[in-house]
Amino acid sequence: MAEPAPIVRMSGIGKRFPGVKALDGVDFRLLPGEVHALMGENGAGKSTLIKVLTGVYEVDEGRVELAGRPVAFSGPLAAQRAGISTVYQEVNLCGNLSVAENIYIGREPRRFGRIQWSKMRRGAKALMDRLELDVDVSAPLASCSLAVQQMVAIARAVGVEAKVLVLDEPTSSLDAGEVAQLFRVMRRLKEEGIAILFVSHFLDQVYEVSDRMTILRDGRLVGEYLTRELPQVDLVAKMIGRELAALEKLEGRPLARVAEPLIETRDLGRPGGIAPFSLTIRRGEVFGLAGLLGSGRTEIARLLFGADLAGGGSVQMGGKPVTLRSPRAAMARKIAFCSENRRAEGLVDELTVRENIVLALQASRGWSRPVPRRRQDELVAKYIAALNIRPGDPDQPVGTLSGGNQQKVLLARWLIMEPRLLILDEPTRGVDVGAKAEIQRLVAELSDGGMAVLFVSAELEEVLRLSHRVGVVRDRELVAQLDNDEALTTDALMNKIASGVPS
Amino acid sequence: MSQERNLARALTAHRLFWPVAVLVALLVLNVVFTDGFLTVQMRQGHLYGSLIDILRFGAPLILVALGMTLVIATGGIDLSVGSVVAIAGALACLRISDLTDQGSVTGVLAAVGVALAVALVLGAWNGVLVSVIGIQPIIATLILMVAGRGLAQLITDGQIITINSAPYKLIGGGYWLTLPFGILVVTALVALTGFLTRRLALGMFIESVGGNAEASRLSGIRSSGVLIVVYTFCGLCAGIAGLMISSNVSSADGNYAGLWIELDAILAVVIGGTSLLGGRFSIAGTVLGALIIQTLTTTIYSIGVTPETTLLFKALVVTLVCLLQSPSFRRKAFRRRARPAPPPPAPADGPSDASVSDVTAGEGREETVRNR
Amino acid sequence: MTETTATLPETRLTFPRKYVPVAVTAGLFVAMLVAGGIRYEGFASGQVVLNVFVDNAFLLVVAVGMTFVIVAGGIDLSVGAVVALSTMISASLLADPGLPAPLVIALVLAAGSLLGLGMGAVIHYFEIQPFIVTLAGMFLARGLCYVIGTESIPITDGTFTAVADARIELGAGMWISPSVVIAAVVVLVAGYVLHYTRLGRAVYAVGGDRQSALLMGLPVARTTIAVYTISGLCSALGGLLMSFYMLSGYGLNAVGMELDAIAAVVIGGALLTGGSGYLVGTVLGVLVLGLTQTILSFEGTLSPWWTSIFIGLLLFVFIVLQRFIGVRRTRGGAPVATAA
Repeated sequence: MAEPAPIVRMSGIGKRFPGVKALDGVDFRLLPGEVHALMGENGAGKSTLIKVLTGVYEVDEGRVELAGRPVAFSGPLAAQRAGISTVYQEVNLCGNLSVAENIYIGREPRRFGRIQWSKMRRGAKALMDRLELDVDVSAPLASCSLAVQQMVAIARAVGVEAKVLVLDEPTSSLDAGEVAQLFRVMRRLKEEGIAILFVSHFLDQVYEVSDRMTILRDGRLVGEYLTRELPQVDLVAKMIGRELAALEKLEGRPLARVAEPLIETRDLGRPGGIAPFSLTIRRGEVFGLAGLLGSGRTEIARLLFGADLAGGGSVQMGGKPVTLRSPRAAMARKIAFCSENRRAEGLVDELTVRENIVLALQASRGWSRPVPRRRQDELVAKYIAALNIRPGDPDQPVGTLSGGNQQKVLLARWLIMEPRLLILDEPTRGVDVGAKAEIQRLVAELSDGGMAVLFVSAELEEVLRLSHRVGVVRDRELVAQLDNDEALTTDALMNKIASGVPS
Repeated sequence: MSQERNLARALTAHRLFWPVAVLVALLVLNVVFTDGFLTVQMRQGHLYGSLIDILRFGAPLILVALGMTLVIATGGIDLSVGSVVAIAGALACLRISDLTDQGSVTGVLAAVGVALAVALVLGAWNGVLVSVIGIQPIIATLILMVAGRGLAQLITDGQIITINSAPYKLIGGGYWLTLPFGILVVTALVALTGFLTRRLALGMFIESVGGNAEASRLSGIRSSGVLIVVYTFCGLCAGIAGLMISSNVSSADGNYAGLWIELDAILAVVIGGTSLLGGRFSIAGTVLGALIIQTLTTTIYSIGVTPETTLLFKALVVTLVCLLQSPSFRRKAFRRRARPAPPPPAPADGPSDASVSDVTAGEGREETVRNR
Repeated sequence: MTETTATLPETRLTFPRKYVPVAVTAGLFVAMLVAGGIRYEGFASGQVVLNVFVDNAFLLVVAVGMTFVIVAGGIDLSVGAVVALSTMISASLLADPGLPAPLVIALVLAAGSLLGLGMGAVIHYFEIQPFIVTLAGMFLARGLCYVIGTESIPITDGTFTAVADARIELGAGMWISPSVVIAAVVVLVAGYVLHYTRLGRAVYAVGGDRQSALLMGLPVARTTIAVYTISGLCSALGGLLMSFYMLSGYGLNAVGMELDAIAAVVIGGALLTGGSGYLVGTVLGVLVLGLTQTILSFEGTLSPWWTSIFIGLLLFVFIVLQRFIGVRRTRGGAPVATAA
């Protein structure tokens, strides 16, 4: 079958940011009338590639061609005018305006400068009909469900005579019915000959809707594949960067010790976040949570810390029911949580290393009982030395530290609380190799000392190296809980993550 | 790393450098135009002199700015302080004017007590609106700013209440231990604030809530409590300032007492290097800022420009200081990037976690490379 | 249609939520009229209502400008000072060089717009909070007043006095001043701009979500600067109307008018966080404020400070109302929307 000429062809794309090569010689093509999935783990370069295509970033190397002609967009607007429209995961529309306005604003039908509202509403209605959506176009956008808002964003995008539609994680906040609705719209647009570039972390969705996929890893092209010819396991292997056969045999941790349960959840869940799950973590146990980004790992961690309110279910600690309705409540139960999002949810950039380390301890004591300066100095000096935080100046603003050291500061904050359960969400992401090994060793030591650790990571080797038991999260559901014994390999885990069934 | 440390030091030095420089420049200007500007004399056991006057007349502004500093550090603002100033002064004067013996110390103390209690309540009201009901600070305090003026006039019945009370006069116009009493009060309150915020942990909580509210919550800080305390304290400071102002002139004017003092106070805080976005605050900077504003007023008197032109100078100073503090201006004006601009405040609901993690992942990569 | 229906049929049956604040204000206005009519002799005459317009024409014009700024998510504290400055400029130019009235009017309008333009540019390009920038603008304008003169300057120019004395008879003994006509024209033009032009819709979009507006390719810079320019222009025009009303220029004119204007806009149902609000609401807000004063003057025994207490109360009720039943918003205020 002859392929149509690509509408977009990007060749040898290189993009450099200070200190890092985000894209290196990436080739990419997009055919008209196809849904093309762009796959890769965090930091693989997906976002950068999209931003290069849509003119947010300039290219450093390589060329972008649209319908055979080289182009260099000055910005998203220019790209939009040329027919490349983008819909982001966060709906970038104005909730205070009506549906019709959101579709048309900036290019409203006018006569003598006067906006023709009725014509605009008719046009919007026609567009929504084309997408098979029954929406009151004069209702404010904010009153519509997120899915409809997403469709409106798409309607706005295709309304500008788009030839290429970029959908950047459009499904991450939609429920199953809404996703189905979105996919129907995507198929319809595909039939009209529009090329759709689709980014999603949900593998099932990718397989359901895409025709072809391009895989990136560490800023480089892994390859372009027809979706139907690439099994899920191979896809995950390519994304993570290990061929199945080549995976090294890892040194297993000692078998899970039998100890009393520290925390047990029963059908704990949060609508739209994570399906109800039941899970038991024992004293001195490292419980690993493996899964892809957006799979629901973080949601589990946040529920256990009371950072989000559970929609249902119960939690028991030491056999007694407890409610974790706020971080303070969880802290009182000696639970600690290091967020994966150090910047936004962990550190206070402007405060010093010392202040960041003692923040939680101080918060638990209240404002009127300061941690004595000498005690602060002792604690801070101890953890700066123990965790090897560099530079070791406690009065340095924490924002000036490197990622690994910031992570260690956050760890120190919770370690001085002497928690019984330490929740670590991606503690080694964005951390250099040395710091990573240090953090892993620390986790092992802590669990040997009797602390329970919930260890969330996308890196399977790490999870396997550290955990006594492993939970697998997939599409917002805890799909398996496995003992980390000889039988459990990265292969098996990867299979679980990819398909939800054991290999 | 040491380069970064030097940079950080240079920046912190920079924060108070400009306020000090401006204050010194103003003082030098005064020395040139006024004979004996720096002279401080002892007369009848009291200290007199231009410098003392600046401190004495600046005392209420320093107080209001002090409370405002903490509010701004939490990322808020309090527009109602001017009204609280008027209400406190009006209440105290009303109570005193009703006394049979206006010189009675207990009577005056009771009046002062009532006025300050009301100021505390008004501050707490603002705090509740902001923290419990969740109204934007600028709007929440606008309510009291508008209604408070009316309340003050209601208390004074639209008149100027004149009193003749020696004990009350002490607060704003009297002397104690050779120094104007107001200066002592300010010193005590600044010291108290310093103690509460820097020796106790209040300052850390305030900066933490103002710097990163979500991280503070996840660290177990009760931010609504912090907010209520801070707004209440701001109300108290404004109340004391109101007593000082009315005591100094031995009368209460519901209409004009403390009019626009909120603007001067905000200005003092901003000049003192505390960002309106919240986070790190500097009490010393605020005191400096308030002194600059007061010195500016004095200077304009002494160099013989009409006092009304103060406003023009203020406009100039505000613009200059704000421009210098604006990262975007510095970037555009100096064409160099000392430090990337701080990220914009996160939208209330926040972007969903996936996109944030993508961003952090990007940063992480960068950091990894830098570490090698 | 499949089961995934996206419509919200129930919203069609109920009163659109976005009109609730305006409707509440309208109801309040009517209630005040009725209550006043029952309570006071001679209150329920057309002229009493018309006088509210006559006495508040300048506030109305200023509030129109403020509506643009607030809907765009900003705030303008300089309006009262610009009004005062405009009275000063017109009085002094008419008195001393004796410039012709049309030229003076043009100069005043240009000065106000220019000041607004400058503030808008600083707000947008240097990313300084509107609160602070317009505060500086307020100091500047008041300062300039005092530079022109600290005393009140009378206006004796023929055109100005003629406009001041003119009465437009509406029959049945009712009349309005030319200022009311001007204010009405301003309201109509502004309403047209807000509702029927791209600029107007961009104002709503920028106030609703600045970041999105940027990503949707709207001219955010131009819009931000335009709203402050419009506010400056309206303030200058308000100042001219005030000159007609007072026949003098004085640097202490219109002290606190920014608060009245902001209050009128908020009472009219606009969100101070931006993106929502109607000009009709602003007009009603001004009328409510004006009628409050009228009632107090009819009451006689009630002192004028009840006005500000009452306005504060109204503000509280409306803000809490907005907080709890107000428009659902998808995202938090844009950076420009918050001065704090």
